[in-house]
Amino acid sequence: MLRMFLLLALCFPALAQAEEVVLGLSQKRVQITTNFDGSEILIFGAVKRDGPAPSGAPLEVIVAVEGPSTALTVRRKERRYGIWINVDAVEVDAAPAFYAVATSVPFADAITKTEDLRYSVSIPRAVRSVGAPMNVKDAQGFASAVIRIRENSGLYQLHENSVTLTDQTLFETRVALPANLTEGDYKARIFLTRSGKVVSEYETLIDVHKVGLERFLFNLSRQQPLIYGLLSLAIAIAAGWLASAAFRIFQRN
Amino acid sequence: MQIYLPIAEVSVNAFLLLGLGGMVGVLSGMFGVGGGFLMTPLLFFIGIPPAVAVATGANQIVASSFSGLLAHLKRKTVDLKLGTVLLVGGLVGAAIGMVVFNYLKAMGQVDLLVRLCYVVFLGIIGSLMFIESLNAIRKLAKAGGAPAKRKRDRGVLSKLPFKVRFHTSGLYISIIPPLIIAVLVGILTAIMGVGGGFIMVPAMIYLLGMPTKVVVGTSLFQIIFVTAFTTLLHATTNYTVDMALAVLLLVGGVVGAQIGTRIGLKMKAEQLRILLALLVIVVCGKLALDLLLEPGELYSIGAAGGQ
Repeated sequence: MLRMFLLLALCFPALAQAEEVVLGLSQKRVQITTNFDGSEILIFGAVKRDGPAPSGAPLEVIVAVEGPSTALTVRRKERRYGIWINVDAVEVDAAPAFYAVATSVPFADAITKTEDLRYSVSIPRAVRSVGAPMNVKDAQGFASAVIRIRENSGLYQLHENSVTLTDQTLFETRVALPANLTEGDYKARIFLTRSGKVVSEYETLIDVHKVGLERFLFNLSRQQPLIYGLLSLAIAIAAGWLASAAFRIFQRN
Repeated sequence: MQIYLPIAEVSVNAFLLLGLGGMVGVLSGMFGVGGGFLMTPLLFFIGIPPAVAVATGANQIVASSFSGLLAHLKRKTVDLKLGTVLLVGGLVGAAIGMVVFNYLKAMGQVDLLVRLCYVVFLGIIGSLMFIESLNAIRKLAKAGGAPAKRKRDRGVLSKLPFKVRFHTSGLYISIIPPLIIAVLVGILTAIMGVGGGFIMVPAMIYLLGMPTKVVVGTSLFQIIFVTAFTTLLHATTNYTVDMALAVLLLVGGVVGAQIGTRIGLKMKAEQLRILLALLVIVVCGKLALDLLLEPGELYSIGAAGGQ
């Protein structure tokens, strides 16, 4: 019986080696409140297997958290008439507002270039730029500028060796979300790789949105801009009147 | 304490904003200007997106000007008739300025325009004020404080048609020059997010010949309406007025203005003017350097389609 099972396992290696992710998140939603100062999400999980862990190349884990993508216009300054002004502009088709990659080994060891291309894991893969106008020199520089600027402001992060993997089964990592976060659905993807090949992929969503006063003000400013504008003015005028009234009382005493 | 600004979508320290509002408030109380020309560049420096800084700056000026106007109305130092003429011109100018602002925003040059406006106008006003107050101090030292007589002859200006009598100001002039000045200041208001007081006040004194005591109140009167109009236009077309930011700046500004007024009362007018002139020149110099020196990061990210 056991022999037959082994034979079967040899015939269908994929079936026997099936390794799946069972995932947990410390929070499924991030609420941007008035005093929001960044947040840290703990992503943890285990590898579920039908049989014993396959021998050979060790298992590696990659965790990628991706914010909502938008199209961008990137502009480059050049010196004209003695001052630095925006000259060339390139449209970047889609760039996520936030992107963090965490790996259990150095990135290059965790996944091969071809697999990265297929699954779009690394930061440069996440920023998609297609057509730059023909007259723009060094169009590639614009996409790298997006990555550089966002890396500097902590919006794009690459953390190598930051996923702890215990006994080839349990893994965990922390992803820090910065304070200047855009709202939307954040996609968390977990890849299991062996010798650079993806053997399993898992995806889940983290809901990031403004709540309370933030939500109310933002919605009001978009849906009822006139009322929002008038309300801003009413507050300004009330504050001005209060100040003058308070000053008068202050002076009388 | 960090505060997440809902429209600017950045998180900033609330005490920093209160302090900023307070500092500008102190200066505006001391010098009798709205302080918008300081506030907007300072907001750039702490990382508020320029479009939000401009729109929210206008909103904040409404509050400080209204507070000031109430005091002037009590003292009857507001020329409502001339103020209304200036107001009509100012609103037309603000509408033109908004069209220019949105057009340049689509071209990605709005940053440049705002900065250029600041450099040019702060430079001119700062140097003129510096020279004028330096001369005043010198004259004071020489003549023992006899005020110079203002020339009543305004040449071409007195020959224009549509003359109207303005009782509070004691003027009988054509409405064309005030209208033109108001349109120009209105354009600047929309582009720079300032009340324009630092341009309007000298223009009213030197070009229109208004008596100094009604100038500030009248200027405040029209600034309130023009900046309120600008705020509404920005709120409805660009969605860039950040109420949370405005409130924090307001609170600081209101408190600071009262402290500033007290400091201002203890100083001589010429000393105050020369300090203000130096301040204006420093802000101008910083902005000019940013344009002239090679920036550390040549690339900038904007939303697609120039919006």
